[in-house]
Amino acid sequence: MSATVGNTGELRVIAARRSNTQQLREIWQYRELLLGLIRKELKVRYKNSVLGFFWSMAQPVFLLCIYSLVFSILDAGFDDFPIWILCGLVVWTLVSTTLSTSVQAITTNQHLVSKVAFPRAVMPLATLGSALVHFVLQSIALAVVLVIVRHPVDWEYVWLLPIAVAVLTLFLSSLALLLSTINVYARDTQHLLDLALVAMFWANPIVYAYQLSSDWFVDHGWPAWTPLLNPFTSVIIVFQRAIYGSAFVGDRQLLPDQGPLWYLGNLGILFLVAVVCCIVGLRMFDKAEGNFAEIL
Amino acid sequence: MDAIVADNISKVFRLNEDPSQSIKERIVRMGRSRYRDFVALEPLDLTIAQGSTMGILGHNGSGKSTLLKCLSGILKPTTGTIQLRGRLASLLELGAGFHPELTGRENVYINAAFLGINRREIDRIFDDIVAFADLAQFIDEPVKHYSSGMYVRLGFAVAVNVDPDILLVDEVLAVGDEVFQRRCLDRIRHFQQEGRTIVVVTHAADLVRQVCDRAIVLHHGKLVADARPGEAIHVFREHLQGTMVEGGAAAPPPSGALRIVGATITHAHEAERRYIEPGEALEVRVMYESDIDVDSPTLEIVVHSADGQSVFAVDLDLAAHGLPPLGRSGCITVPFTSVPLLDGTFTVDFGLTDRRDPQHTAQRQGRDEFDVLNPTDGRGVAAVTVGRLQHRAG
Repeated sequence: MSATVGNTGELRVIAARRSNTQQLREIWQYRELLLGLIRKELKVRYKNSVLGFFWSMAQPVFLLCIYSLVFSILDAGFDDFPIWILCGLVVWTLVSTTLSTSVQAITTNQHLVSKVAFPRAVMPLATLGSALVHFVLQSIALAVVLVIVRHPVDWEYVWLLPIAVAVLTLFLSSLALLLSTINVYARDTQHLLDLALVAMFWANPIVYAYQLSSDWFVDHGWPAWTPLLNPFTSVIIVFQRAIYGSAFVGDRQLLPDQGPLWYLGNLGILFLVAVVCCIVGLRMFDKAEGNFAEIL
Repeated sequence: MDAIVADNISKVFRLNEDPSQSIKERIVRMGRSRYRDFVALEPLDLTIAQGSTMGILGHNGSGKSTLLKCLSGILKPTTGTIQLRGRLASLLELGAGFHPELTGRENVYINAAFLGINRREIDRIFDDIVAFADLAQFIDEPVKHYSSGMYVRLGFAVAVNVDPDILLVDEVLAVGDEVFQRRCLDRIRHFQQEGRTIVVVTHAADLVRQVCDRAIVLHHGKLVADARPGEAIHVFREHLQGTMVEGGAAAPPPSGALRIVGATITHAHEAERRYIEPGEALEVRVMYESDIDVDSPTLEIVVHSADGQSVFAVDLDLAAHGLPPLGRSGCITVPFTSVPLLDGTFTVDFGLTDRRDPQHTAQRQGRDEFDVLNPTDGRGVAAVTVGRLQHRAG
């Protein structure tokens, strides 16, 4: 330990309100903690389980099998239907795990919140981080499957994938902040979210084709882009277009017959939405953060 | 240079009158919630110079913990700003960030990360932490297998080894065994010598006198004193007395042939004053009733300190002091011309016995107290007066 204390220590200000940039700077300062919490969450979750990380694959694989089976019995699928499902499912698993774990990020860590000082935003973000780790592992597994079954991807669209993931991450981080805050004040949020997630699953073109819902809306006098109002859809169809590799199966249309820029445009809109949500989320979090310790 | 500058900070807690936490209720009430504001901390300014040790005194509910939580950033103040210069570590809840399933090593990293410290720096101080906690053998065990002492030791080791510029200390010194407490105090002294800033929150006046060079007193969320420790403790005691309830109601009425029915302990010259200063005179009065004649009464007076130790005891043979035998009722006055005690609240037990017939005896225990308030910086238990110093060269 050094024997002297410098006068150049960094100045920190605690006040009732802070600007978004201050918040972001603080989160950046605590990036080590963020990584540490992600590591902790992964370690704790798979502790004492023999298969460890393989369990993170179990749920999507299981869902995949069930949906493939059910839809083939109903004869509602199409060629390479499991690949199609898999594209939507990896994205959806990221969304649903992030939302369902982040909603409780603060309420389940009462002991920390009331006793240790650190930017609380790190906690919901850490749940997103650990979901992202799983997402990466599942994506690798998906890639392996593609290689094994020699499924051709559409390289013209593959470059959109990292952008889609980045935009989705931004959007999810704003939702994680919002949900974790609201749940402190109203614990019903976590239960409502469970229901909402079930509805959201079917509202996304995961086990059916985007074109199917789009056509349905057109038939009922709505614009064709109505399904895109669901923010996760823009991301899911990028995955499907790039990895499933075709907008058509036979002469049946699955996805809009558009170039990569159309898909990029959708992501752009989602990006703007995500930025607005982030600002709102950070504001709200900042306002509530100082009271977490007393409410819990 | 100031380490901590708190400018007009206050904390108001919103207490929900109707603590139903459901969305339905909220919608029904359309946001018109019934809240009651509770002012935990009234606006106050506080400046703590770098390298100084500041005590925050206050009884339970005075707002001292709220203030400390605001300083540490656990709570955000409702108004005002706090500027902190340098890294802050708190000994509020040792090991609060530990996860039981993770090993000591993993927890050290996470715990240090809570303090905003990067991995490389933790790598550098890791060995110091383990050595200080004396846990080298167990560091790769999950902390759920640790004893509570090991837990606290590891938490303490992290907090003091991360090279903090400002250290916040809560009642932590009250927990742990004596060895640990001494180690904490040693470490605090060491920190003082290194010119670090320390804030100690406590209601133990002695600790403040021992380590602090300044102290503030909070009373019902208000800052009532900001002074040298002696004066601050003085104010603290006076406020504490204001809140004390007159006790003794639970004691059974005295019975027996000889009874002590009351006692008062007052300052010898100012009867309304509720405390004495070290070395001042004290007057004790004992009221008795008796159904028998007591020819050789002995009055026993025992004074205990707050921790139960007997500070002094006397057996007064009243006849030898020239008093007549006891009548049916009366009052015995005992003046103590000088009470050389330092700080504290002292309890006085009385016993009145007939030496000839010891079965006639009356007791009055634990019901009477007096306070000694020490405005000076002297420490310890006894008030020793220092005469004129002399120095002869050679």
